[in-house]
Amino acid sequence: MNQKKSKVPMIVTLFLIAAIYIAVFIAEQTLPSTSMLFTVLKKGAVYALVAVSMNLLNGFTGIFSLGQAGFMLVGAYVYGIFTIPVAQRAAVYQYFDGGIVQFTVPLVVAMILSGLAAAFFAFLIGLPVLRLKSDYLAIATLGFAEIIRAIFQWNGLGPVTNGSNMLRGFPNFNDFNITDGNGNVTVYLSTLIPFIIAGVCILLIVLLINSSYGRALKAIRDDEVAAEAMGINLAHHKRLAFCISSFFAGVGGAMLAMYQTTVQAKSFTSAMTYEILLIVVIGGIGSVTGSVFSSFLFVACSEWWLRFLDEKQLIGDFEVPLLRTGFRMVVFSVIIMIVVLFFRRGIMGDKELPDLLSRRAAKKGRAVK
Amino acid sequence: MSLLKVTDLVVSYGGIEALKGISFEVDQGKIVTLIGANGAGKSTTLRTISGLVAPKSGRIYYEGRDITDFGTQKIVATGIAMVPEGRRVFANLTVLENLRIGAYLRTDKEVIEEDINYVYNLFPRLKERSWQLAGTLSGGEQQMLAVGRAIMTRPKIIMMDEPSLGLAPLVVKDIFKIIQTLKSTGMTVLLIEQNANAALHACDYAYVMETGRITMSGTGEELLASEAIQEAYLGKTNKD
Repeated sequence: MNQKKSKVPMIVTLFLIAAIYIAVFIAEQTLPSTSMLFTVLKKGAVYALVAVSMNLLNGFTGIFSLGQAGFMLVGAYVYGIFTIPVAQRAAVYQYFDGGIVQFTVPLVVAMILSGLAAAFFAFLIGLPVLRLKSDYLAIATLGFAEIIRAIFQWNGLGPVTNGSNMLRGFPNFNDFNITDGNGNVTVYLSTLIPFIIAGVCILLIVLLINSSYGRALKAIRDDEVAAEAMGINLAHHKRLAFCISSFFAGVGGAMLAMYQTTVQAKSFTSAMTYEILLIVVIGGIGSVTGSVFSSFLFVACSEWWLRFLDEKQLIGDFEVPLLRTGFRMVVFSVIIMIVVLFFRRGIMGDKELPDLLSRRAAKKGRAVK
Repeated sequence: MSLLKVTDLVVSYGGIEALKGISFEVDQGKIVTLIGANGAGKSTTLRTISGLVAPKSGRIYYEGRDITDFGTQKIVATGIAMVPEGRRVFANLTVLENLRIGAYLRTDKEVIEEDINYVYNLFPRLKERSWQLAGTLSGGEQQMLAVGRAIMTRPKIIMMDEPSLGLAPLVVKDIFKIIQTLKSTGMTVLLIEQNANAALHACDYAYVMETGRITMSGTGEELLASEAIQEAYLGKTNKD
């Protein structure tokens, strides 16, 4: 299928991505590790993965689900529960006699378990919920995310989830740095590793989207009846897309836990899902590149570039009016409105990076439904 | 023996019987058409045969096998393809991707490539537009694509639901040429049409449906000659 397509844009894309990874590595070795840049890059990588996983559902399969925060919560908790060092459990689970899980699994295994647990929850939730369509499905998944959040805070599950108390002490991004005997960091990897994890996961999603299976998902998005008439099993494909999306949301949750260094169920609110939805919409529904790009943009704006709006600013002796805590969010909302008004289909529409580099796709607009 | 045989098919949508027991047969290599007004149950018949709607009673036989309870996937795999009403191509997929979706249930990769070329030979217009999104095609081209997509399932029988709907008269002529081409390749076609005139001229055998029943049947010529048909469907007024 690619015989006719020029390979050049693809190669340029791969070079660009490699260059970004190298740049991240070099920046990490040279810049002070306290720089805001790394906070943004780490959180951006986490959000990029979760946004792409949400895009797989909302953009490519046409399933409007708002359960992302719930699946991230499952992933974050599973990661925490299985990786807190046994020696620290007594302190973490202080109200529950050290908890009932008294072993740890290797980090990679824990991350895969996070994904599998989220996918398992998605499977259970999907049985009743995937029969619904559009708004109803969104409401149902949103509700389930809230229920999951409540269950994980329930004291009855305390020996496992630590109730409403936070989980802490598990390996985080900083543990990826290579240190010498005195505890001095010799090679900084705390930003590169999350980039690599997110990159591998997103690559898997991209491969899935471009397979014949991904084509079937897009067919379902475009026209369910015609897809069914072509012999595509709707229920089966929707369920699988839902589970796969949740798997990666779970892995993203585990990464978020590493980023935050602590996990508490009450922080996985529906507001978090909306943030991710916003990223997907701004980036372009149906564009992986767009989701990744807008994740970093979103995180940079909300964590870094707009921070100055929350503090008093003096130009000479003149105090700039209006600037106070919370004003950042006002400006942020205005920016989002502008983006939505002037880029109706997001920054990228449904184009990907290689498309931007080739002339053929520049002409290929999305068809009107 | 007939390729497709429907016996006493009854379908009801929540208590309302859309089909009140219809029986008909489609012979191998023939064009058979169901004609009738809106709401006669033509589309329901097709949807039931392709497994999208479950019948209340009655049986559907394909090559002598009872396929009534097969489910859409299995029915497509056994060789019954459907060209849905309103074309319903996948608008945001390219022409080539649409064709590949047609071959979704197949695993014979090399033959799929051959079949894509076969479709392109049948409709050279599609080959020119292979990379275009299907939603940007004209109505006639979309109909070609819908037929091509159906061919990609390697069917023995293609069922077409109102292929001339919403198309310009010249394009409708093209569509009926396509149907004749399909027949010349040995394909069996079950055609549903409101355009009774064109359908009766194209078909080998026709059934007339009225409110869920088959009221008449015969070869195309017989029905074209019948006064009742002329009055009801071909717009001839009885001035005597």
